[in-house]
Amino acid sequence: MQAPFPSLFADDLACRRGDRLLFRGLSLDLQAGAACHVTGANGAGKTTLIRTLAGLMAPYAGSVQRAGSLALLDERPGLDPDLPLARALAFWFAFDRAADPAAITAMLRLSALGEVPLRYLSTGQRKRAALARLIGQAANIWLLDEPLAGLDSASQALVSDLVRSHCAGGGIALVASHQPLDVPGMTSFAIEDFAPVRAQADA
Amino acid sequence: MIAALLRRDLAQFFPFTGSGAALPVVFFVAVAMLYPFAVGPDANLMGRTGGGIVWIAALLAAILPLERLVARDIELGYFDQLKLRGMAEEAVMAVRLAAHWLSFGPPLVLATFPAAALLGIEGETFAILLLGLVAGTPGLAAIGLMIAALTASLRAGAALSGLLLIPLALPILIFGAGALARGDAVSLGFVAAISLALAALAPFAAGAAIRAAREN
Repeated sequence: MQAPFPSLFADDLACRRGDRLLFRGLSLDLQAGAACHVTGANGAGKTTLIRTLAGLMAPYAGSVQRAGSLALLDERPGLDPDLPLARALAFWFAFDRAADPAAITAMLRLSALGEVPLRYLSTGQRKRAALARLIGQAANIWLLDEPLAGLDSASQALVSDLVRSHCAGGGIALVASHQPLDVPGMTSFAIEDFAPVRAQADA
Repeated sequence: MIAALLRRDLAQFFPFTGSGAALPVVFFVAVAMLYPFAVGPDANLMGRTGGGIVWIAALLAAILPLERLVARDIELGYFDQLKLRGMAEEAVMAVRLAAHWLSFGPPLVLATFPAAALLGIEGETFAILLLGLVAGTPGLAAIGLMIAALTASLRAGAALSGLLLIPLALPILIFGAGALARGDAVSLGFVAAISLALAALAPFAAGAAIRAAREN
């Protein structure tokens, strides 16, 4: 699963939702250790970009190439809301053969919540649970869609720490977020820079 | 990995472990219980028509689990997470079909024993009924999975899936209940053949449907 030199490469990407072109001509080249921050207004296409890079949606034009395993964190945690947190996480920890589940839940301050069904947890707690799933997967490439949404400031700092150590360990992170992350050397671009010119459509 | 998926799906759908999953079986027995009240205690009439009622009850019971079968896990992002881990949608749907049938077919076949007793069905007729349900429920489960996957992203999906299942399940009903009327088990071969063909097709159709659901 673990490629020694992961990479994420997109060439002249264009994506659309319905019949609306969101962006075009977007190219990316992320090598091992790279962190990239994507900004953009609501509806500008950040989520579509991430889902396209993840291979969940087909690009309208252009291509995506990946080397290495892939992890996605978005607003859907992928965890069963009716199960107690510990059991919901245990499914993915077992599936991903996570190295040290207890340490991961402790790091995200979830140890005390193990018996609580997921649907009783707050937005931030659920986000931390999704982060635990993400870390357990130990993937090379992290695609994070709004990882800071709903988190308190201590947890937001923790996300920055996690991204920093992930990239220091040779991983790649692409983060779509409205808030800045404290990661040295993180590149940044606004998705609006790739918005199509709509001369006729908006006139 | 397949075993882990099957365990998770079974925990979710199996009667008395999953939430509300016993409903189809309860519904099935309730229909058999109500029928004698509705037509009166004529043992001869019930023996002749009871098998057909059991088939109709089975078909309608197959509609009940469809709402939760696929839509919920699309909303959870469960299928997306499996896709990122390199699992093909077809494999995930094949596991889902197995779990759906296991949590709905065998309990229904077992519930046929009390249902048949309530309706006074016995002897050879009972044997044909039981065999017919064993042969027919995989087909009902396969149709149900395809419909659940196709309607998962629609707002009125739950109501629509009931309407869609009924015409698609007609061949199974005609051959399955027809075997009872003629008193021979030959047409059960047709039921089994239809079931197997549907079960082979369903993972591909359902897999394509959840891929398509990602685009909107």
